[in-house]
Parts: sequence; structure tokens; C-alpha cells
Amino acid sequence: MHNLFIGELADRLAKRQISSAELTQHFLGRIERLNPALNAMITLTAKQALADAAAADARLSAGERGPLLGIPLIHKDIFCTDGVRTSCGSRMLDNFVAPYDATVVARLKAAGTVMLGKSNMDEFAMGSSNETSYYGPVKNPWDTAKVPGGSSGGSAAATAARLTPFATGTDTGGSIRQPAALTGVTGLKPTYGRVSRYGMIAFASSLDQAGVFARSAGDAAAVLQVMAGFDPRDSTSVDVPVPDYSKALGQPLKGMKIGLLREFFEGLEPRNAALLEDALNIYTGLGAETLQVSLPHLPLSVPTYYVVAPAECSSNLSRFDGVRYGYRCENPKDLMDLYKRSRGEGFGAEVKRRIMTGTYVLSAGYFDAYYLKAQKARRLITDDFRAAFDKVDLVIGPTTPTPAFDIGAKMNDPVLMYLNDIYTIGANLAGLPGVSVPCGFVEGLPMGLQLIGPHFAEAKLLNAAHQYQQATDWHTHAPRGYA
Amino acid sequence: MSDWEVVIGLEIHAQLATQSKIFSGSPTAYGAPPNTQADLVDLAYPGVLPVLNARAVQMAVKFGLAVDATVARRSVFARKNYFYPDLPKGYQISQYELPVVGRGSLNIMLDDGAVKTVGITRAHLEEDAGKSLHEGLANASGIDLNRAGTPLLEIVSEPDMRSAKEAVAYMKKIHTLVRYLEICDGNMQEGSFRCDANVSVRPRGQEKFGTRAEIKNLNSFRFVEKAIQYEVARQVELIESGGKVVQETRLYDSDKDETRSMRSKEEANDYRYFPDPDLLPVEIDASFIEAVRATLPELPDQKAARFARDFGLSAYDAGVLSASRELGAYFEAVVAGLSGAHAKLAANWVMGELSGALNRDSVDIEHSRVNPLQLIGLLKRIADETISGKIAKEVFEAMWSEGKSADDIIEAKGLRQITDAGAIESVIDAIIAANPKQLADYRSGKDKLFGFFVGQVMKATGGKANPAQLNELLKSKLGGGNA
Repeated sequence: MHNLFIGELADRLAKRQISSAELTQHFLGRIERLNPALNAMITLTAKQALADAAAADARLSAGERGPLLGIPLIHKDIFCTDGVRTSCGSRMLDNFVAPYDATVVARLKAAGTVMLGKSNMDEFAMGSSNETSYYGPVKNPWDTAKVPGGSSGGSAAATAARLTPFATGTDTGGSIRQPAALTGVTGLKPTYGRVSRYGMIAFASSLDQAGVFARSAGDAAAVLQVMAGFDPRDSTSVDVPVPDYSKALGQPLKGMKIGLLREFFEGLEPRNAALLEDALNIYTGLGAETLQVSLPHLPLSVPTYYVVAPAECSSNLSRFDGVRYGYRCENPKDLMDLYKRSRGEGFGAEVKRRIMTGTYVLSAGYFDAYYLKAQKARRLITDDFRAAFDKVDLVIGPTTPTPAFDIGAKMNDPVLMYLNDIYTIGANLAGLPGVSVPCGFVEGLPMGLQLIGPHFAEAKLLNAAHQYQQATDWHTHAPRGYA
Repeated sequence: MSDWEVVIGLEIHAQLATQSKIFSGSPTAYGAPPNTQADLVDLAYPGVLPVLNARAVQMAVKFGLAVDATVARRSVFARKNYFYPDLPKGYQISQYELPVVGRGSLNIMLDDGAVKTVGITRAHLEEDAGKSLHEGLANASGIDLNRAGTPLLEIVSEPDMRSAKEAVAYMKKIHTLVRYLEICDGNMQEGSFRCDANVSVRPRGQEKFGTRAEIKNLNSFRFVEKAIQYEVARQVELIESGGKVVQETRLYDSDKDETRSMRSKEEANDYRYFPDPDLLPVEIDASFIEAVRATLPELPDQKAARFARDFGLSAYDAGVLSASRELGAYFEAVVAGLSGAHAKLAANWVMGELSGALNRDSVDIEHSRVNPLQLIGLLKRIADETISGKIAKEVFEAMWSEGKSADDIIEAKGLRQITDAGAIESVIDAIIAANPKQLADYRSGKDKLFGFFVGQVMKATGGKANPAQLNELLKSKLGGGNA
């Protein structure tokens, strides 16, 4: 049952061959059995899940149908969930029970999904390996000595291990696409503004975007359909119509122009390059045309990101001061002591590193040299993408430079860790949608190929991913022990 | 002692009279129990986002148009970062580099009747902070976030004022204007209208400004005047005794009538301003501006000019009567009930007896115990000579305390003016008969005694004799003299 895709599950629910309660029980059982080895979950909500499943079954019995009605899911613990702990992977919010639902949560709830629990993540979404979580690292189901990627490592691992049909995630610099690639699942980061950020705990507001982990592009399309749309509570959400993503999946690729990003292919590790070569052959076989494109400013994306994201995070995380909610130090002497120790004890090392970096780049005397310059670089990168999309429909490249690495291997070298996102950050800086789909294995570990499209081109992007998955079976592979 | 020139610029904070806060839906009403008007956005819960209140923008634009300022087609909200318990987000959302209102100007009238133009540098929108409460809490401070997020318009003047009196005149004019525009209730006790004063001195003739001190949070016209006077004296004394003014923030203590240092420039926060990524730039088009322009009322200067022109009032009187919209309306209602020739009479009464009574009893004009119709009733009796101006004052006092009409009081108290020549003559005859010595003296050339006889007749008639008739009859009866 756990190997079925969302469409197949919905079909069986509709035909009353299975109930949402059975489905929910099945996945809760898998979590209970398999999660201890993975540590993908922070909070389980079994009781509520069974109640929600019963409610979904009642709706189904009443004749109601919906693509996600009765389907279980896992939310990344960055989304506020009414009455449920929302920790953001941090000691700072270990005791925080959100008093409201994020818009993403509310939309999926209204569609009749059943939340199994909340997934582990890098603290405040800051990390590329899920090792910065207060709740300990998540392990990659393909090899538990390896990281699952981050920051949405729990959602990725849980989806790969078939602990859930799908999971939500957020992507600020690659936090959906990179872990999707390293765990062999499909990960979609929509256009900035396509999905509401309301109720999603902010890391870097101008880059954060909610998205989805699923086992196919088709599943991702069904989920995006529910998540996407304008939200008056998020001023940066965009009021453009939401197309029918599932309907768009049938489009042939004949005549589609796919751009090969020169900057991505240069110096690519040979086995990674070989997998991409295979993927390009599939695409040309499907009638697409491939041509070289260049984004000359793309090499600036990692340094640009590590100015912009910390700057915004240093301000976004100021609200965690021990005063109104969250962690508060014992017996503060005075106000300064309360601030210093609550934050000093409540935040982990990577979060502090980014707060300090961000505070520095915004400081008087450094603002122009760092923040303003980074904004200019961001504009140049965005313009490069725009120019590329004058010539091609989508661009293609690897999602990550390497497969999943050993837990602990990069924790002491932040710069090496940051380079993991070298291929994913560009889309965030330009606000573009990107998807990572499994494209093969290196040393038994999954690798992903990444497609990036123009703003609001999710339908085209998902269709291209779907056509690829129709021609290949990489996305159907399950890690040993989880099939 | 050299001759010093005072240089003052004001930053006025006007609380905008919106129903809800600038970035949340909470109400802005004053005086509610602590923390009952703060929602999740005001409390800066994780995941919440600000949404700009369009009414606040309309009000800012209205102000901009009223001071002939440039309204920015594009303005940007920025974050001002600092930690304080009454600032839940750890940053205040304000406008920094790109304010909504650019350069404008305002005319003020000086004591000598001269008109001075004060430059307005800018006006920008921002949110207010909450309040810290220290009273009645042992070893603790309370925080009331009802005020957090209340919209403020910060109006920054050029350093154009040259005395405390000019500063007060400017502040009063802005106060008049924002109340005319109905964008601020102007209530200074409740803090709806307050200012910071930048004060410096320089030797007269010197072009370069002296070092300034900023006096924070002045919430009455009197405090503005006294604080500036104190500060000017302090600075002059300091320089003349060989010292130097340091750039700093000072607080005015109204009990001691002195300013005290709060923090020096070196201790000032580095606010790390940067554009708020949660809010889009505010784009204002011509049609928005024109729609706001259509809501502009007649402005104080326009009203004063009209009063002077249409009613033949002096510039001073016209200025006084247009100082508030309510006073102007009262005056116009009175004039409308009289023939045009009596506008000056109406002006004198509104500025004289009526304003005197309002001030004495601390009543505002909307709650005046004598309404315009009642005042018209009184002034008509002066105009038709039923009573003299002197008697009218007595009638007015009775109207004020008893609330009856002028005619009722005149009848009840028998104050009707005596215009029957025969009756006046018989009183005159009796007075002359009773004062033979004065009559002889008068006739021998002591002209001043004419007044004595007038006084005696008035006394005998209870002030009711028609003054003009009395003069004429008395002159003919007394005969002789030099007449």
C-alpha cells in the first residue's frame, strides 16, 4: 500500500477499497517501526490523525471526492500547526505549541489530508545535512551512515522510506531539492509567491518558499494544486490564477527547448555527468531540443546567498527573545541577561553563526559592501535567468555535486557544507520554480537532476519531470528495507 | 556674551486615526485593558506576516497633498532593528530611504503677524511600539502591546525654526492640519500627537549649524516651549563657559523643568536598516493620488483667507477663527444666521465671550453650552438694539449657566433696553434735579462730568437705557457746557 502513488490511493479511497483510517494506521505503523532508525520525525500526532482519518472517511462515505481526501501526510516542523508543537528543529521552540495553522496547513487540512506528524529539520531550516537539528540528525534510508540532505531532511527521508505518501517542505537555498536528490524522491520548489508563507516560520523571507516531497511529479502536481494560490495574509504571495497542474501533465515535449547550463556542467564529477547525459538522451528521445545556455553571474550565487539569507535571518530571529513564548533561561538577572542567555542557550551553533554573519553585513559601514552588493549580484543573476528563458523553456542541470555524504563529514567546515547548495541557490535568488527528480545512482546512492523554469511555469516544469518519469523508473526505486 | 541664534527642527509623531493597526487587523482604540488589542501579528508570533493597511497610506498621502509635498510613487518599508521588550519582533517597521511623503512646506504666523514658511523634509509611515509598565509590579515589568502596531506618521521638519515660540507655532499648525484632515485625533494626553525637538545654537551670522541635541517625546505645546528654552539656555551657558555641546538624546523632565542626557551618539544603536522583505514596495499611481485629493477639505489657510475676504476680518482674526475646523464651523453657523454686516460682531463674540467661557470651563467647542443658534439669538438683540453690548454680556453668562434663549433671559430679567424717549427723559430729569452741584460744574465747563450723568442714568435704569438715545437726550437736557 505504501508503494502506491497518491492518484492510486485516492482511487482506492474513492472506490472504498480502503479507508483513510486503514491507510493512516498503515503509515503510523511504518513510522513506529522504521522511524527509530531514521529519526525523521520530531512529533507524532497519531491520535489526531486517526480522528482526522475518520472525518475523511465520513466525507468519502457522504460521496465527497477529492484528490487528497483521506491521504496522509507529514508536515515539516517549520509550519505552524494549531495545538501541535511547532519546534522548527530548535531548542528555542521545543515548548512552543502554535495557536494557529499556517495557510499551507489549513489548505491541506481543508482538502481532507491527514497529518501523521511533524518532520525533523535543520534548526530554523539552516543547514544542508539535517545535522543542526536540536532533535539530532536524520539518517538517509539508503544508508543510515549518510545524511539525507537538508534542511527538510526529515520530510525527504520519510517520503523516501515510504513513511508517508508525501510531505511538505520549505526551500530557501535548496532545502527541498537537495534532500530530494539525496534520498531519491521528487522535490518541488514553486515560484516565490506561488504558495503562501503565512504560518511558515521565517528563515530568509525573500527566499523562503513552501513546496512538496512526493514520489512522482504527478503526485507533486496534485499536492501543489491544493497548496498554491494567493493569500491576503502574505503580501508577497502573488495573485495569479492557479492552472490545473495534473491536466498539464499530458503535454508531449516535442519542440520543447531545454537549456544546458554551462556553469552547471563545467567540472562536473564524471559519474554525475554520465547520469545527466543519460537524462538528456531521454529528453531528446521525447522530442525535446537541447541547447547550451550560460548564466555568467551564477558563480556569484553562493556568496550572494550567504549575505542575503543571514541578513534576513538575523532580523527574522530577533523575535525569539525569551519574553513571550519559547525558551527562556533560568533565573535571569536582568533584561540583558534574559536576552543573552535565552538566545545563547536556545539557539544552536549554525543559527548563531548566521545571525552573527547577518548582523555584520547589515551593520553601519559594511551594509554597502555586503548587503547592497549582494542585492546587485542577485539582480544580475535574475537577469541572466531571464535572458536564458528568452531562448529556452526550461534549464537543466544536476541538483547536487555529489551523492549523500557521511554524517559528520562536513559539520566542521561550513564553507564546504554551503557548497552543497551551489546548484540550487540560483533559483531561490531569482524566485524561480525548480524540481529535482531521481535520475540514477552513484555508489548505490540516489542522484537528482534539476529542472528550473521561468516564474509560474510549474505546469511546464512538472510536465517535463512527469514525461521523464514516464520514460524511466528511477523514481520507483525504494531503499532496501523500505519497499 | 555673544549673540546666539537658535536652530530648531521638529519630528512630529501623529497617530493615524485608522480603525485597525498598520500591519494587523487589531483595533487601535485607546484605553482598553492591557494586551486585549494585540493579535498574533502584534505579538510577533512565529510565522505571522504584516499586511499594510491601505487607509494609513491614504492618510499619509492626504497629509502630503495638504503640505504641497511630493507624494512618492514608490516608497519602501524598512526594518529598524533593536531589542526592547515593548518591540515584539525585535524590529520596528518604518520607512527609511524612501518615505511616502517627500519635501513640502507649511506657513506659520509669528507673533508680529509676519508669515514664515517652514520646510517639511519628509513624512513617513511607521508602527508604534507597545508600552512597558512598571507601576504596581514588584520586581517585574509589565508589557502592554495594545499600542504595538498603531500607525504613526512621522513628520520631519527642516531646521527652520529660530525660537521656541516658532517651534510651538509650527507644531500647533501641524496639529490644526492633521485634525482638519481627520487623519489624527490630536489627543496629546493620550500620546496621539507628540514630538522630538532637535535643538542647536550658533553665533548669529555663522552658516554652519551647531551640534544638536535631540529632546525626545514631548507631548504638550507648553513642554515643547519650556524644554527648548531650557535646552537653549543650557547650550549657550555650556559654550560660553568653554564647554562643547555633544550630540546626544535628552529627555525633558517637566517636574524639574530641565533636560537630561539619555544616551550619547556613541551609545546609539546601530539599527541595521534594510528593506522589509515581508512587504512589497508601496506603489502609488496618479489615480490613487487624485482620489485622495478629492477628499481634501478646505485647509486652514484657505479658510482663513476666505474669512478675511468674505467677512472683512483682519488676518489675525481670520487665523484665530480657522485654527480648528470646529471653531470655524461654529463661527460660520453664527454668521449665517445674521446679516452679513454683522460678521465682525460675530467674530468678536466667538473669539471673546464664547472662547473665554470655553477656556474657563475647559469645554471644547463641540460641547459648548451656548450653541450657534443661541448665540445668533443674542447677537440679533444687540443688532436690533433691544439690549446693549454690556447687557449682552450679562445675558450671555445667564445663557451659559442656564441654557435658555437670549429672549427668555431678557424678558425674565427685564433687560430690554429702554428706547422710550419719554421714560429716559424722566430719569434724566430726576438725576439732574438730584445733582445740582454737578450740573453747575458741568455747565461751567467740566465736560468730564457728562460721563457722571450717563453713569447715573444707567445705574438708575439698570443699564437698560439705549446708549445712543441717552447721549442725545442728556446733551440737550444738560444744555450749556461746551456742547
